[in-house]
Amino acid sequence: MDSNTLYYSLELVSGNGLRLSCEQKAALQTSLVILQRNYRFSRVLFWGKILGVKGDYFIAQGATEDELRAKKTLYSLNCIDWHLLPLPTPVLLAEVSAVAKGRFVGDPSFEYELTETRQQGEGDEAVKEEFTMKVTEEKRLAATVFNIERDVAVVPRGAFIRTPHDTVQVNRSFQGLSTLEAGNLSNYLHFTEPQHLKKKSIMEMADLDPSIDFLDPLSEDIPKESWSLQMEGSSVCVLRSLLWLGLTFFHVPFTPQHGYIYMGDGLKNLDLPFML
Amino acid sequence: MEQPEDVPHNPTEQAAICFKAFMLKNSPKSNLNLYDHLVRVLCKVMDERPENAVDIIEDMSLEVKRAGMRDKQSTLRDTPPVPAVQVLAEQQKTLFTRGGGDEVEPEEELVETPLPNLAEQSFFLEQAGVGLAREEMQRVHLALKQLVDSQPLQSCRFWGKILGTRANYLVAEVDFREGEEEEEDSPQEEGADEEEKEGGSKDDDEEEAEEAIDPLPESTYKPPPAVPKEENRTGVNKFTYFIRRFFTGDLDAPVVSYPPFPGNETTYLRAQVARISAGTQVSPLGFYQFGEEEGEEEEETARDSFEENPEFEGVPVPEMVESLANWVHHVQHILQQGRCVWVNLAEKADEDLEEEGDEEEKEEEPDEPEPEVGPPLLTPLSEDAEIDNTPPWSAKMSSALIPQFAIAVLRSNLWPGAYAYATGKKFENIYIGWGMKFSGDGYTPPVPPAPQREYPSGEEITEALDPSLEEEQALQAALEERRAAEEEAEELEGEEEEEEDDY
Repeated sequence: MDSNTLYYSLELVSGNGLRLSCEQKAALQTSLVILQRNYRFSRVLFWGKILGVKGDYFIAQGATEDELRAKKTLYSLNCIDWHLLPLPTPVLLAEVSAVAKGRFVGDPSFEYELTETRQQGEGDEAVKEEFTMKVTEEKRLAATVFNIERDVAVVPRGAFIRTPHDTVQVNRSFQGLSTLEAGNLSNYLHFTEPQHLKKKSIMEMADLDPSIDFLDPLSEDIPKESWSLQMEGSSVCVLRSLLWLGLTFFHVPFTPQHGYIYMGDGLKNLDLPFML
Repeated sequence: MEQPEDVPHNPTEQAAICFKAFMLKNSPKSNLNLYDHLVRVLCKVMDERPENAVDIIEDMSLEVKRAGMRDKQSTLRDTPPVPAVQVLAEQQKTLFTRGGGDEVEPEEELVETPLPNLAEQSFFLEQAGVGLAREEMQRVHLALKQLVDSQPLQSCRFWGKILGTRANYLVAEVDFREGEEEEEDSPQEEGADEEEKEGGSKDDDEEEAEEAIDPLPESTYKPPPAVPKEENRTGVNKFTYFIRRFFTGDLDAPVVSYPPFPGNETTYLRAQVARISAGTQVSPLGFYQFGEEEGEEEEETARDSFEENPEFEGVPVPEMVESLANWVHHVQHILQQGRCVWVNLAEKADEDLEEEGDEEEKEEEPDEPEPEVGPPLLTPLSEDAEIDNTPPWSAKMSSALIPQFAIAVLRSNLWPGAYAYATGKKFENIYIGWGMKFSGDGYTPPVPPAPQREYPSGEEITEALDPSLEEEQALQAALEERRAAEEEAEELEGEEEEEEDDY
């Protein structure tokens, strides 16, 4: 969620139990401004918090001209000093998913280890060789943030537009969804490179507005009920992901206010199919 | 009488006027007349001047008619549904009215009430980085107040919030006053289910009105502390060890799972609440102590009650953070059986059998099972077991910058969402989460039992070869021979009889 509106948007998503303490909020409002200047971001988003056993990570994202693709992710342990996370490559993602298991520890230099025995050669000449893979928690953090972004980052339909130059920008004329629209999952889009859109037939594509509907809607997620959509309090629409427990999205209908935040232990809910 | 001046004299003119009158006659169906309609159509033609007007005159006529109809439809269309926000606001309005209506005397207000000071708790919880939004907390507070006013409660506590897929549950933990408690204790064997129903029926009014809408008090009663130990004998809880399911937010929803769960979501919720309480309700060491009388008398059974220690001074915050030994569980451990106090099921079965007089089966009963024993009450947290190399608790201070006034915060890693804080003599536990235990690696549902064995093979059901034609013929021949032999024998007998008859 946008760091400028942090002070009241955090209240709206605190229904799932985790919030920031006053000290952290105050620290964020100071350090994110400096962060924006130092990295020359067009705007800074507070992304969330990943709980570790010994300490928590706070994550922020900086957006540049293209809101969708050119994002930088930073983490902090105390809300003041921010460090850039490495870019997740496919190799890194594969390594992390193989090696890193269990809770986050809270120490970026902590190393997860996986020892495999592999056979080399054939027949009698086979030699067993121990092979150790190591991944630091910093890398794991980068991969986890990337995965969460890819799976469950949400924006309301129309909040972002694609320009003719194929960059994605904030839609300044977005006035919010209506209350009826806000109750429908198809009006929320995955804020990530579309995966299903290209496979659609021409008939389905005909109804879409190319400058707005360039993302995948949530209603096409599998399994079907992987989102919990509720109206809370004074007409705030709150979406919770059941796949990544801890991701909360809010939107106030008839206003352009929206945002998502992840506060959780950074573990994907692999048991989802059994739990519905 | 004077004749009107414009009476036509010409018969053709008169006929024209008659016809115009005919055309001006309104149709009872649509309340239109032909004259006006033609005027409109011709006006339309003059306005638009379409090419080949004669070809499309029918369409234009239809269009004009449809345009006339539009007004009528609009009255049918808009019946705006009552927005959920309004319904919610109406319901919540009652929270903000003072109960009783009349002015309350100041003395009466000061009487000690079981209502918790939620505002203070919310303040500490915010420092700990958990809890609900302030407004929501205030609403919960008001709802609890209503609950305290309407029910004879001895103590009341905001237990926490369980998130569901369609609505959320807010759970209050209450303790009924002495008189009521006795009544409720009587159906001891019935166990938790009974308790649930009583609780359920009592807050039906609230429930019906406020279910499925989020920040409202869907209070589910937690039975008095004396009762959890009488939980369902066969173990409602036992099943919850094996299933993982999201709550839906509807108390009557069935719990579809494997292994099958006996009961609906009310039971499931109650069972999970009990498990979470048993696992995560903690207090600073020394805040509670065992009552002196009980401890000495009943040495064999686990002690199940405690009282507040009046001399408790409070443990310094840094020590609380450093060592988990300064925290203790104050809710009894739940055994695998699904109860807090172990019950010998085998004994029970014996008694039943004796009553039925079935002596033979009695011998087949298994030997006395070993009684399960859980850790005693007020066990320090430092003795909790690890799961998947993850320590079960994380403790920290709420502030690194001003440690003098920080509070100690304890987070459960076993039940994500369970928190406890302590500062000086004050402490509180809260749970806000999905009601799911941390399971380490991916959950694998238990395998269904092996399919039933087939019928034991024997002579009756083994397949035999069909006889060939020759065999059938041979059999038939043999049968005929036998029949012929029998007939002969009969004939002989008959002859003898005849002979006897003859004379």
